[in-house]
Amino acid sequence: MSQPFRLTQGGRIHRDEPLQFTFDGRPIDAFRGDTVASALLANGVTLVGRSFKYHRPRGIVSAGAEDPNAFVQLGRGARTLPNRLATVTPATPGLEVRHVNAWPSLDFDLMSAFGLAAPFIPAGFYYKTLMWPRRFWPLYEHFLRHAAGLGHAPDAPDPDRYDHVHAHCDVLVVGAGAAGLAAARAAAQTGARVIVADEQAKFGGGLLSTSERVDGLPAPQWADAATAQLSSASDVTLLPNTTAFGLYESNLVLLAERLHTDQPDNAGAESGARVWRVLPRQIVLATGAHERPLLFANNDRPGVMLAGAISTYVNRYAVVTGSRAVLFTNNDSAYRTALDLVEAEVPVAAIADVRVDPDGILPAQTRAQGIPIHTGAVVVQAHGRGRLAAAELCSLDGAPLGTVECDLLGVSGGFAPALHLHAQAGAPMTWNPQIAAFAPQPSHDIHPAGAVTGQLDLASALRQGTAAGAAAAAAAGCSNGHTPAAPQAAETPTSDLKPYWLPPGDLARTKPQFVDVHEDVTLDDLRLSLREGFESIEHVKRYTTLGMGPDQGKLANPLATGVIAELLGRDPASVGTPRHRPAYSPVSLGAIAGRHIGELADPVRVTPMQDWHESAGTRFENVGQWRRAWYYPHPGESMHEAVARECLAVRHRVGILDYSTLGKIEVTGPDAGEFLDRVYTNAWKRLRPGRCRYGLMLGKDGMIFDDGVTARLDHQRYLMFTSTANAAPVLAWLEQWLQTEWTDLRVYLTSVSEHWSNIALAGPRSREVLAAAGTDIPLAREDFPFMTFREGTVAGVPARVFRISFSGELSYEINVPADRARHVWEALFDAGRSFGITPYGTETMHVLRAEKGFIIVGQETDGSVTPEDVGLGRLLSRRKDFLGKRSLSRPDSVRPDRKQLVGLLTDDPAQVLPEGGHVVDAPGRRRPLPMRGHVTSSYFSPVLGRSIALAMVAGGRAALGERLYVATLDDDRWLPARSCHPVFYDPQGARQHV
Amino acid sequence: MLLIPCPWCGPREDDEFTFGGEADIPRPADPDALTDEQWADYLFMRDNRRGRHREQWCHTAGCRRWFIVERDTVTNEILGASTYGNSS
Ligand SMILES: [Zn+2]
Repeated sequence: MSQPFRLTQGGRIHRDEPLQFTFDGRPIDAFRGDTVASALLANGVTLVGRSFKYHRPRGIVSAGAEDPNAFVQLGRGARTLPNRLATVTPATPGLEVRHVNAWPSLDFDLMSAFGLAAPFIPAGFYYKTLMWPRRFWPLYEHFLRHAAGLGHAPDAPDPDRYDHVHAHCDVLVVGAGAAGLAAARAAAQTGARVIVADEQAKFGGGLLSTSERVDGLPAPQWADAATAQLSSASDVTLLPNTTAFGLYESNLVLLAERLHTDQPDNAGAESGARVWRVLPRQIVLATGAHERPLLFANNDRPGVMLAGAISTYVNRYAVVTGSRAVLFTNNDSAYRTALDLVEAEVPVAAIADVRVDPDGILPAQTRAQGIPIHTGAVVVQAHGRGRLAAAELCSLDGAPLGTVECDLLGVSGGFAPALHLHAQAGAPMTWNPQIAAFAPQPSHDIHPAGAVTGQLDLASALRQGTAAGAAAAAAAGCSNGHTPAAPQAAETPTSDLKPYWLPPGDLARTKPQFVDVHEDVTLDDLRLSLREGFESIEHVKRYTTLGMGPDQGKLANPLATGVIAELLGRDPASVGTPRHRPAYSPVSLGAIAGRHIGELADPVRVTPMQDWHESAGTRFENVGQWRRAWYYPHPGESMHEAVARECLAVRHRVGILDYSTLGKIEVTGPDAGEFLDRVYTNAWKRLRPGRCRYGLMLGKDGMIFDDGVTARLDHQRYLMFTSTANAAPVLAWLEQWLQTEWTDLRVYLTSVSEHWSNIALAGPRSREVLAAAGTDIPLAREDFPFMTFREGTVAGVPARVFRISFSGELSYEINVPADRARHVWEALFDAGRSFGITPYGTETMHVLRAEKGFIIVGQETDGSVTPEDVGLGRLLSRRKDFLGKRSLSRPDSVRPDRKQLVGLLTDDPAQVLPEGGHVVDAPGRRRPLPMRGHVTSSYFSPVLGRSIALAMVAGGRAALGERLYVATLDDDRWLPARSCHPVFYDPQGARQHV
Repeated sequence: MLLIPCPWCGPREDDEFTFGGEADIPRPADPDALTDEQWADYLFMRDNRRGRHREQWCHTAGCRRWFIVERDTVTNEILGASTYGNSS
């Protein structure tokens, strides 16, 4: 038989559906219904990994999400998943499972060989040892990366799709064990919208592994019936394989649903996982409790398991996890395990019970089976190399009780409520001495039920679940007036737990006793931490790495609270617990990202002429989300050559620019002029329809916020152009003033950026090109002068044509509906061929405007620049108020030594200054060197045959012509220049008026 | 996550909204009448209240309307929402 530890009958597995998966390449026989862990145990695989720091052999400890050791890697290649727990991963045909942390191999472990020779690495090792000398860091890092590996990332982009679901419900039930199912039933019968999530593939939780009965049915059958009943109810959503991993503000609960877990590596699956963002009105927390481990030497040996997990493997999976058992407990629950083992014909050699006089029903039944029970006794050490071979017992006063051979040691230190979500909500929790653990307090919207409350018995879980479900539905406004009767189970009187944290006296101090098995944190580490003054549990955590692994200390933290309390002689309630943080268990990054990847993470905006640009071999640059044509190189041309050619074409003939990305806002209404007067620095009410004006917009602080041309389309209608990047912020700014302060103004704003494409013709031949393309607009200078706009048709398409210029040349900006823009662009291009029309991109546009000294908001300005600073003081109206005006008379705004816009001409005309370069009065090696300013724009100007630059220089305008130097990254290299007026070309502006 | 009650659209997740800072700080009617200190107070000084706080929100990815939310800054409980002047 290939599964030597599988019982011949029983369990909730489908024996008629055998399957096979691999563990480290070795075939593992399993049945549907198995988890990876239960199948490994059925096949006698006891070693699943090696520990994080010491690479000690580690086995499966639990049957659920709390396991500190059972982390494995699933699948391979692009779909591989690290950090998955074998204990909650369904066994599926063909699944590839590998261990994650046993370099160089699971069986032969080099690190372990180290460990034999080296002392244990004490807590704080990383802080103390690896800090210096700094030059050794690469070595340490190499070592640590090997030593600390927990799986590996996929080697290619994940082909799966991940989804997010946004859901609302009246009642969210977290956990589908006895309490959760009872709660869901009670809530659903009121008609409430209910979502039930459980991390396991099958609903039922502990019901699936108990021999108790509910309403007269075997518990697993009752769970099946309750689940079936829920799944047929309307407005009830059942989510198996779904972990509630975080609870946030407003009780937003995030659920990770693992999909297609029945298919190896999700092959062929469209969606790997979903993250549900659920906003429930009320939450029932039925998350159960985690059994607490106990401290003794070598308590990490494979074969040491939680007692409850042993029962789960026997009852649910028909797997015995050893052939001869010892149990170590401080409460009644391990006796149920003893009875389960007897039923499975596994001899129980001894039970060590911390309590002197356990008097519950279960101990009595166990005693009746003839199992030796040592009361007032503990296990002090596990023996065996690689795998447990014996347990050494002694009495609480230190008297030896002998060493008992065993390959299975079930431990139970009581149960700690899994109150992680409750704690994340910031809801109150209190120390419950009955269970020696923190338990959640109900709040107005979170209803704990079942083992999470500290009540561990089945009857209580069913009662509490029913009450919580009804209460939650009522609080969500869904009551139908009657509370359903709770399902019934036999009451099992239990005797009290006796807290047990530290081994008595100095027993077994020579071998490590692990508080946190995953992070290899020992009792000695905790002692060291406290001795060095790190007493707060949060400090202990950071000093020792307690609870920091992907298991988030589910087993370690509840144990550590008691251990620290006893070491400090304090009340555990005052010691507290480390903050519970999301995620409760690992969630794949793909699921968190969902569809927000690639183009959907950051959409690309293109203009209607995009295809044309691409076929013209354009190089693009990203401007915000826009992809803009940067320059159009001919074959073999460098960027410098292409830009020079484009610049000269515009200056001497004609160029065509796709300027569709400019922001466009229509401002309409009787008060539109008044509104513009308030938001722009200059006057607008008297601008005649058909005319355009350049405007400056300031923040309340008086600093330049945006600039652009606005045209008056007719009496009550203006079209405002904004800079490309500011289109959305300007609209938001204007809306805010209209809606919150100037609610009396009758003004309406419409963003038309996407509706109108903008094609700029620039250069001395542009008038002829426009005429040749066909227009009914009279183009003669006197009919259509500079800074006016006309409506008509261009190439047969209705158009708004603006005679404005960002190049200083004769220029027309032609606005046409976006769906006709490609046609107009091509018509203009064809018409321009005989005039030598040249498409140009943003780089040439920048050079041309810099030659003219035109600023670009965000390049010359940086949020600390006033209109006066850039020489635009003439645009500041003295006759009216406007946003930002008052700030311009602050003392700081009128300092004479403010940075001001100047031009820079290098001594060497071929030298192009570095943008951002610091401007100083004189070179020097002394630091800090006083800085006069910085270079904002710098280009080679083809029409001038030399370099030009714009700079912001303190007090620069009053000292035009002064000698300045620009720093480079080379300390000894300074670039000499002289300042000048910032308009380099056609200072009278004659060319744009022709 | 906050569930913000837009007066026009109903409750929506906070990522549809833009925060606009403390409410009830109107632009002074005559800025020139203010001292530099008074102007700086209008521009920069905010109360940073503990507890009930009236603040501006805009349903940016929805109806694009600005409105006032009253929120407890300790518990993040939203106590109500109201509209501006004649903007309803
Ligand atoms: Zn809205």
